[in-house]
Amino acid sequence: MLSDGRVKFLAAKKRRRVLIRVSQISILILTLVLWEGLARAGVIDSFIMSQPARILRTILNWQNNNLPLHIGVTFFETIIGFTLGALLGIFIAFVLWWSDVLAKIADPYLVVLNALPKIALGPVIIIWVGAGMQAVIVMALAISLIVTVMEMLNGFKNADPEFVKMAKTFGASRLQIFTKVIFPFNLSTLFNCLKINIGLSLVGVIAGEFLVSRAGLGYLIVYGGQVFQMDLVMTSVIILAVLAALLYRAVALLETAVMRAVRHR
Amino acid sequence: MREILRFDEVSLTYQADNGEVDALRDINFSVNEGELVSIIGPSGCGKTTLLSLVAGLVAPSRGKIFVCGREVSGVLREVGYMLQKDSLLDWRSIFGNVMLGLEIRGLKENAQYVEHLLKSYGLWGFRDKHPSQLSGGMRQRAALIRTLAVKPDILLLDEAFSALDYQTRLVVADDVFNILRREKKSAVIVTHDIAEGISMADRIIVLSKRPGRVSMDFPLKFETGDSRTLPPLRRRDDPLFRQYFNDIRLELGINVI
Ligand SMILES: Nc1ncnc2c1ncn2[C@@H]1O[C@H](COP(=O)(O)OP(=O)(O)O)[C@@H](O)[C@H]1O
Ligand SMILES: [Mg+2]
Repeated sequence: MLSDGRVKFLAAKKRRRVLIRVSQISILILTLVLWEGLARAGVIDSFIMSQPARILRTILNWQNNNLPLHIGVTFFETIIGFTLGALLGIFIAFVLWWSDVLAKIADPYLVVLNALPKIALGPVIIIWVGAGMQAVIVMALAISLIVTVMEMLNGFKNADPEFVKMAKTFGASRLQIFTKVIFPFNLSTLFNCLKINIGLSLVGVIAGEFLVSRAGLGYLIVYGGQVFQMDLVMTSVIILAVLAALLYRAVALLETAVMRAVRHR
Repeated sequence: MREILRFDEVSLTYQADNGEVDALRDINFSVNEGELVSIIGPSGCGKTTLLSLVAGLVAPSRGKIFVCGREVSGVLREVGYMLQKDSLLDWRSIFGNVMLGLEIRGLKENAQYVEHLLKSYGLWGFRDKHPSQLSGGMRQRAALIRTLAVKPDILLLDEAFSALDYQTRLVVADDVFNILRREKKSAVIVTHDIAEGISMADRIIVLSKRPGRVSMDFPLKFETGDSRTLPPLRRRDDPLFRQYFNDIRLELGINVI
């Protein structure tokens, strides 16, 4: 049996939740309705601004405009670039954790590389690895690599020293200290990093596709802009937004699954 | 009686960025098999350093340390170390935690012994729980079992109860004393708490302020029982307890102002 105060408290809490959700959905619907209405009334030019109905038509017309291929290409490039960036980043962070001298030597380079806008490397990357999907993937990798190295190295170095000492008292080797203490200690750091990286990788992929590509959502956006098909551009942007959100969710789900698996040992 | 630990003219000076720190000077003492020795001294006198030397985590600047007759140069299998914090890994179950030392040392065959320890000391039912689900006292027990699992000849306890609240501390001290006695272990128990030191040991070593030197080294004898069997809580009622307490207090220069 709940007390009166508790009932009131819970009801107020629920009202707030409903209010927030309703507002969120209303904003979306209102924007779409306003956009559609203004376009139909001729207040805004749907040739330049596009229009929800036309975007919907573009999506339904997926067989003719090859949308699945473009989505697939962007998805593939993002996953590969993201995975390689994470693996390479963790590996480099591991090496730098292992050797304090190396870490000190690398420090200024990391700082500069981190500050450098990786997009500026686009033309260089194209010349080095060739114009094509590989350049896009390297772009995605480059954009997430340095942050991963810095974040993970920082995490590795800041693992609880008492845990490390405890492992040492059992005669743990450096590799054992890493696998049994340092790495598991930093699992949540890793996933925080991955959640940021998935977005960054997508930025790298789109930027890469802007520069070189014959397929992908980035390509579609550039192409749509060149032939003045704003419907195609807007459709691609919206699909990109959905893709970004889904990829983020996927990483979050992976985190939950991994955390649960690790705790069940 | 077999000698388990011996310090032979040991000194240690730390080389820090801002100069040298003399932590320990000319330390001599030994511990026999089955003996519990309390080392009492003020904060910063080098107690943790002394244990780190035995554990092979740091090397002495001068002198030698012997464990079971072997000179310490690196981590020895004969030594088990219990830190101030229980340092249970929160991503592992209790069972996963107590197995850690065995995993590191590749001693999976001791698993049976771990099972025996968990069962004897009431943690078997908690083996699948995570550290955050256990009370402070239970966690300390798990940490002790993790240390005992590798079957060390000598245990080092570094202020192992100081992270606990006072009530729990009294109970856990009793608990650990009984476990150490039942498992017939030798131990060096380090503490800045005079009463705790007296309540747990057969012998007391007092360290002076930094650089730490041995300023007292004497066996404990009680009127109401033998130090080998008289449990910590009961000792506090012994008439000699207060006398030991005052002797050490005066030696450490803690006076009423
Ligand atoms: N790694 C180190 N480098 C330099 N000085 C240290 C180091 N570890 C401890 N010390 C110093 O040595 C002295 C003894 O430390 P410690 O053994 O931790 O004392 P206690 O455990 O008795 O409090 C302290 O003054 C401490 O600051
Ligand atoms: Mg200490």
